[in-house]
Amino acid sequence: MSRNVSIKYSLDRTTIIFYVLLVVMGWLSIYGASYDFDQPGIFSWDQRAGKQFVWILTAFGLGGMLLLVDYRVYNFFAYVIYGITLLLLAFTIVAPSSIAPDIKGSHSWLVFGPISFQPAELAKISTALALSKFMSAYNYRIRTWKDLIPIGLFVFVPFSLIVLQKETGSALVFISFLLMFYREGMNGIILLLMVFAIILFVLVIRFSIVPILDNQGTLGILLAMGIILAIQFFYAYFICKNKKEALYLLGGIVFIGGASLLTNIWYKINFNYVALGIVLLSAIYWTITELFFRLKNYWLIVLITIGSTLFCFSADYLFEKVLEPHQQIRIKVLLNMEDDPTGAGYNVNQSKIAIGSGGFLGKGFLNGTQTKLKYVPEQDTDFIFCTVGEEHGFWGSTLVLVIYWLLLMRLLKIAERQREAFNRIYAYCVASILFFHLMVNIGMVLGIMPVIGIPLPFFSYGGSSLWGFTILLFILLRLDASRLERI
Amino acid sequence: MINDELQNRRTVIAIIMSVIIVIYILRLFTIQIIETKYKEGADSNAFLKKTQYPPRGLIYDRKHNLLVYNKPAYDITFITREVHDLDTMSLCRALNIDKAYFIKRMSEIKDRRRNPGYSSYTPQLFMNQLSSADIAPIQQSLYKFPGFYIQIRTLREYTYPIAAHVLGSIGEVSQRRIEKDPYYTMGDYCGRDGIEYTYEKQLRGEKGVEILLRDAKGRIKGKYENGKDDISPKAGENLTLTLDINLQRLAETLLRGKVGSVVAIEPKTGEILAMATSPTFDPNLLVGRQRSKNYYELLKDPTKPLMNRATQGQYSPGSSFKTLQALVCQQMGGITEHTMYACNGPQSSPVKCTHHHGSPVSLVNAIEQSCNPYFWNAFKATIEKDGYGTKNAIFRKNYDEWVERIKSFGLGEKFTDSDIYEQARGYIPTQKFYNKVYKSVTGWRALTIRSNSIGQGEIMATPLQLANAMCVIANTGYYITPHLLKNDTMLQKVHRCEVEKKYFPIVYEGMWKVFESGTARASKLEGIEMCGKTGTVQTHGKDHAFFVGFAPKDNPKIAIAVIVENAGFGSTYAAPIFSLLAEQYLKGKVERNELQEKVSNTVTNSNVKKR
Ligand SMILES: [Zn+2]
Repeated sequence: MSRNVSIKYSLDRTTIIFYVLLVVMGWLSIYGASYDFDQPGIFSWDQRAGKQFVWILTAFGLGGMLLLVDYRVYNFFAYVIYGITLLLLAFTIVAPSSIAPDIKGSHSWLVFGPISFQPAELAKISTALALSKFMSAYNYRIRTWKDLIPIGLFVFVPFSLIVLQKETGSALVFISFLLMFYREGMNGIILLLMVFAIILFVLVIRFSIVPILDNQGTLGILLAMGIILAIQFFYAYFICKNKKEALYLLGGIVFIGGASLLTNIWYKINFNYVALGIVLLSAIYWTITELFFRLKNYWLIVLITIGSTLFCFSADYLFEKVLEPHQQIRIKVLLNMEDDPTGAGYNVNQSKIAIGSGGFLGKGFLNGTQTKLKYVPEQDTDFIFCTVGEEHGFWGSTLVLVIYWLLLMRLLKIAERQREAFNRIYAYCVASILFFHLMVNIGMVLGIMPVIGIPLPFFSYGGSSLWGFTILLFILLRLDASRLERI
Repeated sequence: MINDELQNRRTVIAIIMSVIIVIYILRLFTIQIIETKYKEGADSNAFLKKTQYPPRGLIYDRKHNLLVYNKPAYDITFITREVHDLDTMSLCRALNIDKAYFIKRMSEIKDRRRNPGYSSYTPQLFMNQLSSADIAPIQQSLYKFPGFYIQIRTLREYTYPIAAHVLGSIGEVSQRRIEKDPYYTMGDYCGRDGIEYTYEKQLRGEKGVEILLRDAKGRIKGKYENGKDDISPKAGENLTLTLDINLQRLAETLLRGKVGSVVAIEPKTGEILAMATSPTFDPNLLVGRQRSKNYYELLKDPTKPLMNRATQGQYSPGSSFKTLQALVCQQMGGITEHTMYACNGPQSSPVKCTHHHGSPVSLVNAIEQSCNPYFWNAFKATIEKDGYGTKNAIFRKNYDEWVERIKSFGLGEKFTDSDIYEQARGYIPTQKFYNKVYKSVTGWRALTIRSNSIGQGEIMATPLQLANAMCVIANTGYYITPHLLKNDTMLQKVHRCEVEKKYFPIVYEGMWKVFESGTARASKLEGIEMCGKTGTVQTHGKDHAFFVGFAPKDNPKIAIAVIVENAGFGSTYAAPIFSLLAEQYLKGKVERNELQEKVSNTVTNSNVKKR
């Protein structure tokens, strides 16, 4: 009993309040999205709002139960839980379709009689626990690149198993662990490089359809190479303060650029290769500078230059060979390269119309016609935020975002007040996972992210995801509550 | 401690999170407050995505006679939210239904246990597939029933009530197919069998979409941005088949009152000129509202009219197989064209002869007279030509060779590169099969499997395969995959048979003599020299009557296989059908009206429904 008493005082009530607020608002939105004047029965089992109500009650019960479990269990059993999860993930792939049926093209559910669940949901939690345990070992610290290999493997194994289940969306969530890695000492350049890679990819793909001059190369490659050279110049001039070398670089670029333009008058050349040539020459230039003039710190820029150049020239290939056709279309629609008002574009377009039609104040609870007329697809799962936007307008949707923001900030605060590295790392995992879901889901609904089907935490319809997020959060609350018990 | 050094990274992470959330709030601000595109419609304008169905492709025969075309059918739908002040009585009168039916149907639609997709905002199907005549009264008074709509669909109509199995039918798309192909949505129509199924992608065309705006009450206010995003439907491709509809019609007429099938192929091209099966049914039966009822009736008919016997019926080929036997035995060196064997008629052993003729017989006469002992001896001489070897190895190797050469006539496997819907494989028994049956590699010899020599025993072939084998003989050594769609790429699917050209003339001559002085002389056609082979295959009941062949003898234009189940002699029941079909195709009409009448009116199975 003494433990219960201590929990009562040490439990982080602010987080609980945000959690309950989000769950309740989510339920009201599901109610709004599936509301039908013909069948006003809210608690009817046949209706999604009724079902979600039951899910919510059970989730609360589950959360309460998790608070009663000894906090040491999670640390102690972290690897066991992780191992079981990997087995379940693998089993889902090879299981016969009577146990693991194909649902909408993905093969990620396990069905045992009336009970069905998605091992991928569990994988987020158990990977977070396993990482927390591994990284909190007293002899582990991220110091060099090599230290990233084991924790990278912890993430990569469940990631690839989930990709094999054709649940790319759920797999991408594992990228969010990078934020936690960063907090635990990973070089921030890796995050910057990722952002840089995404920018290059988008540029190359978006402008790969814009030819320059008389089909002599594409604008995409030219822009990407321009950015790489600009970064070199910026790095040399402002960060290393080697102004002379930076100006030589600029001169070289202008000279070769001008010369090729002149040549072009008589002989048509491909400017993509000119740009490639300039970038490669610049890489050689910095290598020589480094070697002979002993100017420090150019290795990194040479590596980044070569790496990103290779990446740019293979981006087209990656785009067509690695991504599936429907994924390609989603990205093309997002980048305005293709008009597809009835297919992939339709969802996002309808979603924007629904949100846009909400205006400042919204149409009022249960008055959203767009969502109710069922024009918005997946309106109570992945596109649930539309209902908020339509019925409660700008103020309502902003309020929801602000609550999420407050919750995330609270989680960071909780993380930093932990004495145990295990607890802190786990807290960062929770914050990162929730943030990633929020960013991708709402970004998709607002038309600034490609369509990736992952749910909005605590909001979207569905027992599996609500339970998953509840467990994720309540384990953290339990760990946090233990901070006073130790004394 | 590491913890302290890294604590400022919390601030960086907090900033990343905050920046993204601020960006999203700004984005919300843009689309909800600034952009007028959405605000204009802010007073609950909504879209209605209306599917535009393309007309399905038409189907023609080889001479461009229209076989299959579209007729409109009408569905009555309603949207609950838009129905008001409904005069139920006059609606019932217009639709020619009674009030009890109306109430029953309405409660069915609104019952979510039976109709889980029900929504009061979306169109619900009230009655489907009404004809133009049914729809006329309601069309004029539709304005009196707000919330009710008419949706046009296309159904199939057939110029001639024939070729049901070849053409196939369309029906509502199944749940499984919807999951496999996202093109379909619930309630769409798609090809279910036959040509309609095989060429579904070409025939269906592409659906279009019309985006309409409507107001809060659901009333349609017009096109969204003047139809900028509308997609007009793309009509399905028209198909030209290889069928000759006159030949097809004659074939079906001649098979009346019998159980059996006919396949006719143009040897030079592999084009199927006629493919008939009996009993059959009128393709119009599987159209429209009566489809499922009629389908069920056909399904439970004991004579199995839904089965396409031409491609799915598997028979022992019997004596017709002797033609192939003659070729393969020569090729393998078991016999030459001069080989003679003695025949003791019915007293012959181990295989009896069912005919009376002189002895010894030559190869030509053996084909002409269908001499069983000759082909038994030839078969034995071929597969046992090198003796047995240890563990029968040499014998079995020769048997394998025999199997391969027989199969090269298109037997024993489906035509996988063809567009024919649902074929049976047939069967040429393999060495493995006999090793298993006789429990060891030494447990069997030519004598054990002697029935194979005369096309009985385990050998099975479909009428399609037999007609195709005749094409090989007609072409002296190759066939083109039999197919139903007129199209040049099909002509490149040439399959050489593993018998050299020089062995064919003798078989040609034997088959020609079948008409001149042999079993089919009664079916000879004036002015055209034909080659053929009768077959009378023993079964549990009455014998199956077979006839296969091609015509004319020089430069053959048509190869035909005829099978009449449980009829009796091939020469009596199958040969005249062959002869009449050849006449129709080669002369353009049948002049032997009496014979045609007689054959058409012959009933060999009284259970086959008169049509
Ligand atoms: Zn004989």
